[in-house]
Order: sequence, then structure tokens, then C-alpha cells
Amino acid sequence: MSEVSVTKDAVEKTGELVALTGVNKHFGALHVLQDVNLSIARGEVVVVIGPSGSGKSTLCRTINRLETIDAGTITIDGNPLPQEGRELARLRADVGMVFQSFNLFAHKTVLQNVMLGQLKVRKTDKKAAEEKARALLDRVGVGTQADKYPSQLSGGQQQRVAIARALAMDPKVMLFDEPTSALDPEMINEVLDVMQQLAREGMTMVVVTHEMGFARSAANRVVFMADGRILEEAPPEQFFSNPRSDRAKDFLSKILHH
Amino acid sequence: MFDFLDGYDLLGAFWVTVKLTLYSAAGSLIWGTILAGMRVSPVPVMRVFSTAYVNVVRNTPLTIVLLFTSLGLNQTMGVKLFGGSSDDVNFQLAVLGLTLYTATFVCESLRAGINTVPVGQAEAARALGLSFTQVLTLVVLPQAFRAVVAPLANVLIALTKNSTIAAAISVAEASALMKTMMENETDSITLVFAVFAFGFIVLTLPVGLLLGWVSKRVAVKR
Ligand SMILES: Nc1ncnc2c1ncn2[C@@H]1O[C@H](COP(=O)(O)OP(=O)(O)OP(=O)(O)O)[C@@H](O)[C@H]1O
Ligand SMILES: [Mg+2]
Repeated sequence: MSEVSVTKDAVEKTGELVALTGVNKHFGALHVLQDVNLSIARGEVVVVIGPSGSGKSTLCRTINRLETIDAGTITIDGNPLPQEGRELARLRADVGMVFQSFNLFAHKTVLQNVMLGQLKVRKTDKKAAEEKARALLDRVGVGTQADKYPSQLSGGQQQRVAIARALAMDPKVMLFDEPTSALDPEMINEVLDVMQQLAREGMTMVVVTHEMGFARSAANRVVFMADGRILEEAPPEQFFSNPRSDRAKDFLSKILHH
Repeated sequence: MFDFLDGYDLLGAFWVTVKLTLYSAAGSLIWGTILAGMRVSPVPVMRVFSTAYVNVVRNTPLTIVLLFTSLGLNQTMGVKLFGGSSDDVNFQLAVLGLTLYTATFVCESLRAGINTVPVGQAEAARALGLSFTQVLTLVVLPQAFRAVVAPLANVLIALTKNSTIAAAISVAEASALMKTMMENETDSITLVFAVFAFGFIVLTLPVGLLLGWVSKRVAVKR
């Protein structure tokens, strides 16, 4: 435990990379994000937790504008999120996203999945793209699966490919929306290990997860959401041992007793 | 028994049918794909245009569409397309009419195909920084096409048979020859029918079988 916190603190956290200010979002009459303010430093790992329906996924998806917002501002590396179009596409390339349901391109091989963004967005030449893709696949431990189709892989393998696909764009920040929730229990750790390693290497990460072990060992900060608001923000040790709000206490008692 | 066939260019007539079908198939595949792309585009004008076009043209009898290209475009407005002899121009007009009409069915099939592609596929593609056109052409449409090979085969078979309506604007395809033969060979009318029906089955049956097989081969596994 102490060893892990030494390594995670060894990464220098300098400057603000992602900033949400006064963000509001409605789905019809439902006010899913209410005056959300959140600042994420370069190299920081932020874990977002909260009950179902509290707006965690929505928060995550507004950061690369898969969801638009009604009010407020979101900046990445100092630049406000552009409107739909070329500018936005460029920004999205700098923000990696990993989904609960993997969403690997079903008609492409694992290797092609990891090469597509490099070829079509970064305009990397084919040879370099393939080398990088293979290196990343090796890094997440699925190098031998490169020529298979996603449906031929286990969930854990697919999710690691999805992480490699996002990393291939050299993102400034990675968003994870419940990356292990769709996995069989025995596959959760293989994905969390890859994420731990990324965190240690200094990747800026926003992780929505119910894996409290991951939050304790890899997060610099835990953000607790309920009903579209951020109710608490604290380092993991402090949040887990001494939650301040009743909602957080209630939530923790439910999930920790599982 | 088949003496009544002497003196008629049966193969020639069916060859016109084949050419009519192939050119129109290529044309409607392209135009239908563009229409489907417009239908899901973020630009409202494109969606409205595509929806209106499909609903109007799909519900117009093909004979009227073909007469419109011939009488309307060609004779009234003087559109000559690629030119050539009047037979050539009629053939081109028929290809145009069949394309305009069949594209609506291609569009609707493709749209059903697009609906089989989980939204997560497009989201993951957008998240990588691909543009709308790239998301559509690299991720969504390739999967949509694989899902609708069988329905597209039906569209192609219907197109093959619909090509007989080109006779209405004097294209010398198979059914036009059949009409001539029925007038001249009054003793063998049933046989004439049978020969032409058989000709169309020879054209369409392999298409159905082949594309049915292709459909299974290319299906996307999820
Ligand atoms: N596209 C949508 N249209 C309408 N309502 C939506 C949409 N997406 C989410 N919602 C609603 O917004 C609220 C917040 O959803 P969100 O997915 O952000 O919650 P969450 O915290 O991620 O929940 P979970 O833990 O179940 O994933 C929920 O009440 C949800 O039903
Ligand atoms: Mg969620």
C-alpha cells in the first residue's frame, strides 16, 4: 500500500489539464449535471464514484463532447471544447476513451482496430502505425491475438485492446467509463493491472469505477457524485476512512459490504 | 420444337437486359448509399431532402419514373445524357430512371443495416477523432452493408425484373422482344412465355444463391 502511494506520488503533477466550470446538462426535464466544477491536473488519476444514475457516465462523456452541455465551460489543456467539426475531431484524438462495452470495431481485426486512428486521424504511415500497434498490443498482453477479430477474444482481452486502441493516439488524458463492469470476475484484474501501470507511468486518467481497490491504490483523488452533483472530493485514504456526506457514507456502506 | 426462335436475337435481347441491370445496379448502389448517408447526417437539410426523395420516388410507379426521364427530361427539357443514337439515349434514360427508383430501396435496406450497428461503434470511432464522413465510411457502412447483403440481393432481383419496364421507353430488352414474338408466333405463345420466364430465372436464381452465400460469409460476428 505505502509502496504504491510512493510510486504514484513520484509522478509530478503540474498544471491543469482538464477543467470543468459550472457545467450543466439536462436530458429533457432531468437535470443530470448540476453546476459541476472539476479540475484535473496533468498526471493526476481521478476516480469518479457514486450511485447508479448519478451522472458519472454523462460527466465522462462531456469531456470529449460525446454529450453536449447546456451551460458552463470545459477546457482541455487550456483550450475550450470546440463545436462539432474538424476542430472537435482533433481534440477528441487527444482524449482517449475506454467504454464499458469495449466497442471494438467488429469488422476489423485487433491490429486494424489499433491502427485505424493512427492511419486516418494522425496520418501515420502504415509501417509505423503497425509497429506501434504491435508494440502497444504486446504492452497490454494481447500481442499474440493481433490477427483475430474482436468476437474471438475474451472480454478482458477485448478491453485491453480497447485501451491499446486509445493509447495509439498518444492521448493527453484517458477517460474510462466502468471499464471492468461488463467483465467476468476473473478478467477484472488483467484490465486493472494495465490501468495501474498506466497510472504509474503518469497518464492523466478519469476513471468511473466501482473497483474500490483500484481507487485506493491508483487514484490521487476520489470524486463522489450523487444526483448530478459532486458532493465530495478527497484523497482515497481520507474519503474511504472518513467520508463527510451522508450520501457517501450510505453509498460506501452498501458497496463495501458486498 | 423451338423452331419459333429462329430469326430472333434472343441472346442479344437478354444481353440488353443484363447491361440495363448491371449499370442500374451500380448506379443505384452509389446513389442509394449517398441517400442513406444523407439520411443519418447531422445536417438537417440533407436529412429532409433524402427522406422526401425516398418517400416520393419509392411510391411512384416505375413506369411513371421512366416516362418522366423519357418524356420529361429528354423530350421536353432536351436532356441527352451521354448522347449517341436514339437507342443509346433511350438506354441511358432507362438506366437513369431505374437508378433513381432502385436507389430508394437500396437506401432503405442500408438504413435498416445501419440500425443493426450498435451506437457504441460510432461513438468509439468519434472518440478516436474520426470525422462524420470517416465514421460513416470506415466503421458504420462497412458493417451495415454486411448485414444487408440478403435484402440487397432481393433489390437486385427486383431490379432485373423491373428492367422489363424499360420497354415502355423503347429499349430493346428481353420483354420487348417477347412482345414482338408473341405477335408473330401466335401458335407458340405459351412456349414463348416459358422461354422468357426461364431466361429471367437463369439470370436471377444464381444471383440469389450467390449473394445468400456471400451474406453468410461476410456477416459481422459480435
Ligand atoms: N441519452 C439519454 N437520454 C435520456 N436520459 C439519459 C441519457 N443518458 C443518461 N440518461 C439519464 O441520465 C441520468 C444519468 O445517467 P448516467 O449514465 O450519467 O449515470 P451513471 O452515474 O453513469 O449511472 P450508472 O452507474 O448506472 O452507469 C440517468 O438518470 C439516466 O437515466
Ligand atoms: Mg454509467
